Amino acid sequence: MIEQRQTKNSFLIVGLVLAACASSASAQYPTPENRPARAAESELNAEESVVTSTVAPNSAVEAALFYLFGGTLLVSALGVCVTKSVVRMATWLFGALGAAAVLYFLMGAAFLGAIQLIVYAGGTLILIVFGVMLTSKSPWVRFDCPRIEMWAAGGVVGVLFVALTTLLIGTQWPTLSAAAHPATIAEFGKELLTTYLVPFEVGSVLLLVVMIGAAHLARQEN
Amino acid sequence: MTQLSVPWRPRAKQQHGPMAALVAGFAKALYATFAPLVRAFPGPLLIGAIVTVIVGVWANYLVFEFVDTALVAADTNVVAETGLFGGLLAITEVRAGLIAAGVPGAGTLCYLLYPLQYGLVRDVIGAGGLLGFISVIPLYVIWWERKVAGRIQSRTGPMRVGGWHGWSQSMADGIKLICKEDLCPADADRPLFKLAPYLAFVPAILAFFALPFGTYWVFREVDVALVFILAMLGIEVLGVILAGWASNNKWSVYGAMREACQMVSYEIPMGMALLIPIMAVGTLSLTELGDTQSGGWTSWIVFRNPFTFVAAIAYYIASLANCKRAPFDLPESESELVAGFHTEYSGFRWSLFFFGEYAAMFVVSGLCVILFFGAWYSPLPMSLAESWGLGDSLIARAIKGLLFAGPLWFVGKCVFLLYVQIWIRWTLPRIRIDQVLYACIQVLLPLMMVVLMGHTLYELFVPTHGLVWSIFNIILSLIGAVAVLGMIFIATYGFWNRVGLVGSLGVETLPGS
Repeated sequence: MIEQRQTKNSFLIVGLVLAACASSASAQYPTPENRPARAAESELNAEESVVTSTVAPNSAVEAALFYLFGGTLLVSALGVCVTKSVVRMATWLFGALGAAAVLYFLMGAAFLGAIQLIVYAGGTLILIVFGVMLTSKSPWVRFDCPRIEMWAAGGVVGVLFVALTTLLIGTQWPTLSAAAHPATIAEFGKELLTTYLVPFEVGSVLLLVVMIGAAHLARQEN
Repeated sequence: MTQLSVPWRPRAKQQHGPMAALVAGFAKALYATFAPLVRAFPGPLLIGAIVTVIVGVWANYLVFEFVDTALVAADTNVVAETGLFGGLLAITEVRAGLIAAGVPGAGTLCYLLYPLQYGLVRDVIGAGGLLGFISVIPLYVIWWERKVAGRIQSRTGPMRVGGWHGWSQSMADGIKLICKEDLCPADADRPLFKLAPYLAFVPAILAFFALPFGTYWVFREVDVALVFILAMLGIEVLGVILAGWASNNKWSVYGAMREACQMVSYEIPMGMALLIPIMAVGTLSLTELGDTQSGGWTSWIVFRNPFTFVAAIAYYIASLANCKRAPFDLPESESELVAGFHTEYSGFRWSLFFFGEYAAMFVVSGLCVILFFGAWYSPLPMSLAESWGLGDSLIARAIKGLLFAGPLWFVGKCVFLLYVQIWIRWTLPRIRIDQVLYACIQVLLPLMMVVLMGHTLYELFVPTHGLVWSIFNIILSLIGAVAVLGMIFIATYGFWNRVGLVGSLGVETLPGS
């Protein structure tokens, strides 16, 4: 029983670290800039320009805010990795996700930032803490993984880190033209329901399957 | 003095740091200087303050005018692109404009004029005004809640502090709370325990920064304001849950768990109810949503069709659960859980939870008003104001602001909805947690699904301003008008017959009033 929980815990820690890495990576490098030299040939479509930084951090205030919240994000992500108490870890994760959302706001992608806050900070984190409260048997739930699992997790994350870093360094970042206007939420929605209808619908069907599965599992326990 | 043997761990006496001593000394000096003055000349001081504010605004306007003409006269490329009222100018740009306009001393003047730019001044005034508003609203809503609770239970509520009906009771309570010891249980998770009140309080403030009080009365116009405010309300819950967990107290954890499962379930019907006005209007911007309802009370979204009518009521119920107000106040149900999630909190941290809660109550009421109840417009249509031909003078603007549209109407409607929340709290009994979840998942959620589908089909197939549409609109508007007028009638009747209604306990004048 205890071992089972530990395995679950170590999966959770790897998941949290990956989430923090992913959020930090996606936060600092908005999608269109992430793609090598494509913006030149194709006009910016709405989905891309939603996450586009239309205002480069040209003023000193904006640059200062960028470094402040970027730093917050990195420190919080580190906090997620080194903390042992699950609830504290969730709080650090809140710091990381919140800082990423602020970076989105700074880049003019208000919708992405707000959705980030609703889905991750308002939904997922509450579920993590709720899960801990429902399942914990001792007052404070702590991680104590076997050394081998820590090494495995460290190896996976290390490989990921090296791969991402080489990718990021090796990419040429196209700068956006000043003419790129911030997409309105209406344009975004229209693109989602016309050009990107199939991935959108596949995503919703997936969520429906998850919901039905969860309801089924909850029933069986009765 | 002999040391008593006590069962708890003895603590070191808390020493106040130099900063606290400095603040206390400053406050004492301020009080010693100004209290005699305020006591001696209350009227002249108040009038003087109002005159100072007006003169200050006027002087600022003159400075704006000067800078604006100077920069436009300069007609450099930079100025032509941004403009004083468009965006912020860099100091170098201001200096270039001043030099080009031939103003002497441009080198130093630009540093003086730079912080007076419209955007910066507006932000400073806006942030200060919002913080002031957020501080005052909870104080008076709490005072009012105690008064309403008293009247509902045939008592008087606070009567003494400040004179007239205990109007400064909440301020006295605030001073008491600041002076109380800041306790933290020995076995609590200290950092989380100290962090949680801020997590509950700060998002409630942030939500105000995207909440419009009128067409131009918004701190930051975000085109996804609704989503942003919902996100902020969601984070506030995280603070409450962390508070319950970090207290390491079984009552607190029960409270936090109830909060979590209540929130996670009520967010869904609430979001679905919010989708309905969005579908009707086709935007997520709260300013645009409000501005579509300028054509009198028949154009309010709540009276648009039967589905929006049901959605408004469902949203109000879900928002009660979202703010953990009775009958959904299970997280802090004081008769079962001591005080729920804030059992272990005292002093200022405790008061932060209540500031957050009352601010969130205002925010959800504000959303309800903007999305369903005509935002900042009065029941009179704006076209009437235009037919009067008032022009654009100051008096005409004042008449429009009082009669037709403006922040006063918005705040008034929000305060009415807050009053309804208070009224419900002191009327209905608290329901059990399984009843809370039953009401959400088996009643509200299916209802909202039907309403969402129905509204979609209605918007698709019933032509807007057609016959069917108009009939439903008129019937619902009449129901709304009758409800409001009936309520005013009942309230007036009750007020005139208040002594008779209370029975033999009734008195003509309240002691102390």
